[in-house]
Amino acid sequence: MRFVDEYRDADKARALAARIAALCEPGRAYKFMEVCGGHTHTIYKHGLEDHLPSAVTLVHGPGCPVCVIPMGRVDDAIHIAERPGVIMTSFGDMMRVPGGRGSFLDAMARGADIRMVYSPLDALKIAREHPGRQVVFMAIGFETTAPSTAMTVLRAAAEGIGNFSVFCNHVTIIPAIKAILDSPDLRLDGFIGPGHVSTVIGCRPYGFIARDYGKPLVVAGFEPLDVLQSVYQNLVQLAGGRAAVENQYARVVPWDGNPKALAVINEVMELRPHFEWRGLGFISDSALRVREAYAAFDAERIFDIPGGRVADPKACQCGEVLKGVLKPWECKVFGTACTPETPIGTCMVSSEGACAAYYNFGRFSRDRVKEATRT
Amino acid sequence: MSSEEQVLERIERARRRKPRVREELITLAHGAGGKATRTLIEAVFLESFRNPLLEPLADGAVDGGLAFTTDSYVVTPLFFPGGDIGDLAVNGTVNDLAMCGARPAYLSAAFILEEGFPIADLRRITESMAAAARAAGVAVVTGDTKVVQRGKADGCYITTAGVGMADPAAGLSASAAEPGDAIIVSGPIGEHGVTVMLARGGLGIEAADLVSDTAPLNGLTARLLEACDGGRVRCLRDATRGGVATVLNEVAGYSEVAVVLEEDAIPVRPAVRGACELLGIDPLYVACEGRMIAVVDQRSAGAALAALRAHPLGAGAAVIGRIAEDPPGLVLLKTAFGGTRIVDVLVGDPLPRIC
Repeated sequence: MRFVDEYRDADKARALAARIAALCEPGRAYKFMEVCGGHTHTIYKHGLEDHLPSAVTLVHGPGCPVCVIPMGRVDDAIHIAERPGVIMTSFGDMMRVPGGRGSFLDAMARGADIRMVYSPLDALKIAREHPGRQVVFMAIGFETTAPSTAMTVLRAAAEGIGNFSVFCNHVTIIPAIKAILDSPDLRLDGFIGPGHVSTVIGCRPYGFIARDYGKPLVVAGFEPLDVLQSVYQNLVQLAGGRAAVENQYARVVPWDGNPKALAVINEVMELRPHFEWRGLGFISDSALRVREAYAAFDAERIFDIPGGRVADPKACQCGEVLKGVLKPWECKVFGTACTPETPIGTCMVSSEGACAAYYNFGRFSRDRVKEATRT
Repeated sequence: MSSEEQVLERIERARRRKPRVREELITLAHGAGGKATRTLIEAVFLESFRNPLLEPLADGAVDGGLAFTTDSYVVTPLFFPGGDIGDLAVNGTVNDLAMCGARPAYLSAAFILEEGFPIADLRRITESMAAAARAAGVAVVTGDTKVVQRGKADGCYITTAGVGMADPAAGLSASAAEPGDAIIVSGPIGEHGVTVMLARGGLGIEAADLVSDTAPLNGLTARLLEACDGGRVRCLRDATRGGVATVLNEVAGYSEVAVVLEEDAIPVRPAVRGACELLGIDPLYVACEGRMIAVVDQRSAGAALAALRAHPLGAGAAVIGRIAEDPPGLVLLKTAFGGTRIVDVLVGDPLPRIC
C-alpha cells in the first residue's frame, strides 16, 4: 500500500539500525523520550526495539490524550451523561477509561446514552437529528484534536444549534514536556517530538528545549522508519555536540504549524489557569476551556458538574510511567491487578498508553522468543 | 532471570487464574468475543452447565458420530454488501459444524421480530437463508417465531442450531496443535467485519469493491480433510468474532504452544488494510464469516494448501505461520518491519484511536 509500506521496509530499517549502532559511543547509554502515545503504539506494534542497540532506550512520555484525563473529569462526564435527555458522545478509546464510578461502558450498562463518534462533527449531526435532546461532546486531546472541537463549536454557533455543547478537556503539550524536563528523577538525552501536535503548533514552540535545556528534539512521523530515523537524528546531534529542534516529519509538519487551526482554537478557547493531569498533578496553563463568548456551547457552564477531585488509586503508578521514570512493567500492579480487562490506571486503557502497548504487544522475554522466531 | 522476566512470569500466573466476572451489569464488551466474553462464558455459563462435551468450548459439541451447535445473529445493518443476516445465520452455523469436521445436515431457525418490521424484509431474509442452505446442502427443518413490542429488539434477531454427521476419527481439537505444525488461513482476512463497519455509514469511507466474505465452508473442510491423512489436520477454526488473532490465541492456550506468525504472509486485501489503517484497528481482530484457520502437520502443509486453493473459497489460502514450543500460550508476530511483538486477545471490540 502506497505511503505506508515504504515506511515499514525491513531492509531500510536494518540499514538505519546499523548506522544507529555505529553512532553510539562505547560504554554510553542513551535515553530518548517519545512524547507522543502514537509513537509508543508504533514502537510496540512494529517491534521497533528489535532494531535498536542495547545502549539505546526509548522512554514513553505523557502524550497519550486518554491517559492524562484525571478520574474526576471522567466522573464529571458520566454525571452529565446520566442527566435526563442527554446524549454523551465520545471518541472510542475513551469508552473504557475508569473514573471513580466506572467507565462510560459501565454508565451505558446503567442506562446512560453514550455514543461513539469519529469526529465532533458527528456529534453535531446527532444534535441536529435530536433537537429535543442535549448532545454533549467529550472533547479530549492535545492541539491535534482541539481545532476540530473549536471548528465544530463555530459551526454550531453559525447554524444556531441550541442543543449542542462540548465538555472541554483539551490539553497542551508544551507545559507537559516542561514538567518532565523539570522533574528531578529523570535524565534524558533527547526527544522524539510529537508529529500530529506539531502539524498544528509547528516546531518553534520546542525551541526552549534545545536552547534552555540543551536537549535535541526531532519531530517525527508515525511510521516505524520515521521513529527510527528520529533516533538516528538525535544521535547525530549528540555525536556532533549539538542540540537543536529538527523536523523529520516535514512531509506533513510545516515549521510554522497551521496558523488557521491555531486561530480557530484561539477564537473559541482560552488557557485555564490550572488543570489536573492524571499522574502528573496540577500544571499551570496546560489546558483549554471554552471562552465566555461561546458559553452557550460549554457543557461546564450548562450543566452543574460536581467537579470533584478523585485521587488516583494508591497502587497506581501511572504518574511515574507517564513521566518515563518507570517502565510499565516496573509498576507494582502492572499485569496482575492492573490489566486491560481491569485497568486501574489510564495507561492501561488506551491503545496508546505505554502500559497497554507493553502488555498487548511487548509482554514477552526477547531472549525466550529468539528460538521461537528463528527461521 | 532478569527482573523483567520475573514480572512476566508473575503476569502469566495471574493470567492462568480462574476468571471472575467483576462487573455487576452486562456491558457491550461481554459480547465482543474477546477476554470479557471468555470470562463471562467460563465464570457464568460453564459454571452452571459444566459437562465433558461443553468443556472444550469448541465451535460445537461432538459425541461419537453426532455434532451439534447453535449461534445467534444480531447485525446492524441487516443487509450489507455481499450478504445479510439471513445467509450469515445459515453459514455461521454450517461453519461451526464444519470446524468440528462434521458434515452439516439439519438446521433450526428461530426468529425474534420487532413489531413493525417489514414483512418484505423478512421475506428477503428467508429467501437468502434458503439460498444459503441450498448452497451448503442443508435443510432448515424446524423453527420458531416470537414478536416483541416496538423498541424491544432491533428489527430481527435470528438463532440457528445445526446438527451434522461427525467423523469421530478426525480428532480435531484446539488442544491438538504440535510444534512444527503449519498454520494456514483459507483466504484474505477481515472483509466481513470491515464491510459491515463501513455499511453502518458515518465513517465517510467507501470501498466499492469490498463485500462480506460470508460463505459456507463445509465443502472446503471436506476437501481439506480428504487431502490429508487422518490426524494430520489438528484443528479447524472459523475466524469469526475476534478474528484470526482470537482464534490463534485459543490454539496457543489450549495446546500450550507458541504460535509464530509472519505479518508479510497474512493475506489482507488493500481495501481492508486501508480502512483498518484509517481507523487504527488491526485486521487480525476483524471478523470473517467465510474464512478459517487450519493447523496442519507440516508434512501435510503442501497437500493441504493445494486442496484449499483448488476450491473457489480457498483460492487465496496461505501459510501464515507455524507452531513453536516456547513460550507456551503466546501468539508472536514477526512484523513486516523486522521486529517481533505479541498478538493478544482484546478485552472487547477494537476501538478506533483518536489521533
